[in-house]
Amino acid sequence: MSNVGIVIVSHSPLVAEGTADMVRQMVGDEVPLAWCGGNGHGGLGTNVEAIMGAIDQAWSEAGVAILVDLGGAETNSEMAVEMIGEPRAHKIVVCNAPIVEGAVMAATEASGGASLKEVVATAHELSPS
Amino acid sequence: MTALNLARLVAAAADAIAAHADELTALDQAIGDGDHGLNMKRGFEAVRAEADLFAAKPLPEALKAIGTKLVMTVGGASGPLFGTLFMALGKEISADPDRAGLTAAFGKAIGAVAARGKSQVGQKTMLDVLQPVHRALAEGKTAAEIADIADIAAKATVPMKALRGRASFLGDRSIGHMDAGARSTALLVRTVAETIGEVA
Repeated sequence: MSNVGIVIVSHSPLVAEGTADMVRQMVGDEVPLAWCGGNGHGGLGTNVEAIMGAIDQAWSEAGVAILVDLGGAETNSEMAVEMIGEPRAHKIVVCNAPIVEGAVMAATEASGGASLKEVVATAHELSPS
Repeated sequence: MTALNLARLVAAAADAIAAHADELTALDQAIGDGDHGLNMKRGFEAVRAEADLFAAKPLPEALKAIGTKLVMTVGGASGPLFGTLFMALGKEISADPDRAGLTAAFGKAIGAVAARGKSQVGQKTMLDVLQPVHRALAEGKTAAEIADIADIAAKATVPMKALRGRASFLGDRSIGHMDAGARSTALLVRTVAETIGEVA
């Protein structure tokens, strides 16, 4: 698929899955989408390995935008991008946006064939600068 | 540092974290999300389980592999932060570093941790221990002095207001508690200092 992919990373698998459900219902299947949540041991948290897996799952040559909730999700997502390394790393952006609204808006933009830069800009518009 | 026994060092670090896991969790429960002790213990036990594998590698590769293992097993925000410390140290250090080489590599590794956490000294984090330890290394302090400096630095986070991490949500209410990451960093520094003794 040539549209930008969306990855949702929450501390809670329920939040991540629920956000993905909303994206699917509102945007449809035109956008590669993956989610992950939880610390990998049954608790709340985020997990670098799971994030790397979600990026693989939503991978698009057009790039991938990651939406995160709290700080640890951002730190772990940035770590995952670094561990994936080039040449793919520069096509992956961790967005500064509220996770639910950001995911829906970014996916809506992506479904129209927008570039990674445009998708990320749409998500960032939701955050006070 | 010619006789550095990495397997022994790893075991000592895992022992220290395990022995203080409840204390780290209690510190984290006060102003964080309460998982620091358990997370660090899980990570260091995973490193201990493969200690012989790491010890068989040259020091830079061993440190990078330990860092990667911590990233994958610690979880929380501590995984990438402690993992980055070890990975960056491995990237910057030579196979048989002298004091100057260790000091320079450690300084760069601290920079990598600061970048990863988008943080700086004075924000009630592990950096508030790492930076004084780096200065002590540069000033030629003994291993015993460095271990004490790390403990004092961790305690000095008590009156600080957290500006990064979950504790920062509490604002002024974070004042009066020791930062859990600073405490675990001091534990690791003491373990390294006491295990390898005087650095060349």
